Amino acid sequence: MWPVNPRGCWTLFVRESHRFLKVKMQTIVAPALTAVLYLMVFHYAMGNRSVPGLDVPYFDFLIPGLVMMSMLQNAFANTSSSIIVGKVMNVHIYLLMAPLSAIEAIAAFLAAAVLRALVVAAVLLAVLAPFSSLGFEHIALILFYGVCGSILMGCFGIIGGMWSKKFDDMALISNFLIMPLTFLSGVFYSVKQLPPMWQQVNNFNPFFYLIDGFRFGFIGVGDTNPYTALWVVRISTLICMGACWYLWQIGWKLKE
Amino acid sequence: MAELALHIDGLTKSYNNGKQALKGVSLDVPAGSFYALLGPNGAGKSTLINILADIVRPGDGSISLFGHDLFADRAWCKRHMGVVPQEVAFDPFFNPREVLKITSGMFGVKPDMTWIDELLGRLELTEHCNKNTRQLSGGMRRRLLVAQALVHRPPLVILDEPTAGVDVELRRRLWDFMRELNAAGTTILLTTHYLEEAEELCDHVTIVDKGTVVADRPMRELMRDVAGRYLWLSYGDDFVLTQEDEVALSAFQPRTNGKGVSLTLRHVEGAASSFHAAYEAAVTRFGPPQDAGVRQEDLEDVFIRLTHENDDKVNA
Repeated sequence: MWPVNPRGCWTLFVRESHRFLKVKMQTIVAPALTAVLYLMVFHYAMGNRSVPGLDVPYFDFLIPGLVMMSMLQNAFANTSSSIIVGKVMNVHIYLLMAPLSAIEAIAAFLAAAVLRALVVAAVLLAVLAPFSSLGFEHIALILFYGVCGSILMGCFGIIGGMWSKKFDDMALISNFLIMPLTFLSGVFYSVKQLPPMWQQVNNFNPFFYLIDGFRFGFIGVGDTNPYTALWVVRISTLICMGACWYLWQIGWKLKE
Repeated sequence: MAELALHIDGLTKSYNNGKQALKGVSLDVPAGSFYALLGPNGAGKSTLINILADIVRPGDGSISLFGHDLFADRAWCKRHMGVVPQEVAFDPFFNPREVLKITSGMFGVKPDMTWIDELLGRLELTEHCNKNTRQLSGGMRRRLLVAQALVHRPPLVILDEPTAGVDVELRRRLWDFMRELNAAGTTILLTTHYLEEAEELCDHVTIVDKGTVVADRPMRELMRDVAGRYLWLSYGDDFVLTQEDEVALSAFQPRTNGKGVSLTLRHVEGAASSFHAAYEAAVTRFGPPQDAGVRQEDLEDVFIRLTHENDDKVNA
């Protein structure tokens, strides 16, 4: 179904945005506090050491990774929680009953996920940047990886939300897939510090490219070439958006 | 032929578990009517409504709304109908006023605050309109669903048991509101288990059972032609209806509970009532009764009779 209802799409975007702003302690303040705690812990653990192989202060390396990790997790949480809460509370029927095309529904969900990710990133950078000498070396790369990463994770959240029947299913995806992949994607260390075999394994982790590219935008160095990864991210994002559109269009796990 | 708000032809639906919920249901809802869709639990009413609402995928068959094919022109049809779902659904992040603004926007209509305030008032939600929906009682949440179905002013409103859990006084006011909307031209399709309400409100009735239509007629015709009338004559505790009595009164299908006899009165359009003949036959046979009265079947009796007949047909 093609776009038919721009007002409906805008309303859904506003609804999804209000939803996370209404619980900002949980959606914005809590991620900022968690990031500050990470920073404190690693400050005492690492001191003023530089990251081996990259020759940048550890704090400058860590902060973009923490920001991107929070963006990815929040984008995922925004779409997935909305859909699973909707299914459990039976409110998702209003999404199905409304004259919204699949494109409009997906666009609204993803736009709200990106907005939440950007708000979280802005708050985290405002809180963490004073502790580092962080620059903005390649602003276009920062925006590209930030926005594409959020869209990608928003898509995973939509698909996860549609697949889940109960909160427990969502917790399974969140804790056993999203959390390990984001934690083991080079947020806290350079992959050059890993044994060769694990470096190879890491190449198959999509979050690694997102976090490394985002970080490159800030500090100008990274574990991989961010310009090569641009295409990987572009294509993955388009495929995931297409998958979301198709699944929404057929009402996968939403309609009996 | 009058314009049809809803035309359903041969609609089927089978679920993945093999249950065939609809077996070729057809019905026509005239525009401007107050239409009852009745049936016992599991008859297929909600499946039909959920197909209209795009919550359940259809099987075969066709549906049109005001002449627009539902499956070819979903968006247009969705804008022109409002559905009150059977199961209570509420968004735990918003209050009723916000919910109505959101619902209106999602249906592509700029929120009309005057209409939203009127809806909140008519559905007795004004004083609760700034409370979170989590703080509302079950009845309030159900009334909010009704408001959500009406907020984009659809010409066809589908109410799937809207008064379950709503107290008598509020129910009456809700029906007054629905009558007003209907008088102003809104077509209303109602499912309810309160059959006396359906009988009072609706001008047409379709009864479905086990996925098929067992009756589909204007309410007045159904009550005139199908609802039975009985003459009851009381003869005291020692009354016995013998086989000879049954043969003699067979034209009136006599029945007894041991205290008297009940005779079925026939309805023949334009002909004299069979009341006098039945009374005369009973008095001739048993003498003057101690007491007498006429009982008219209501919609509930008709409903039970028709669905039981359908059970017998299905089991035969």
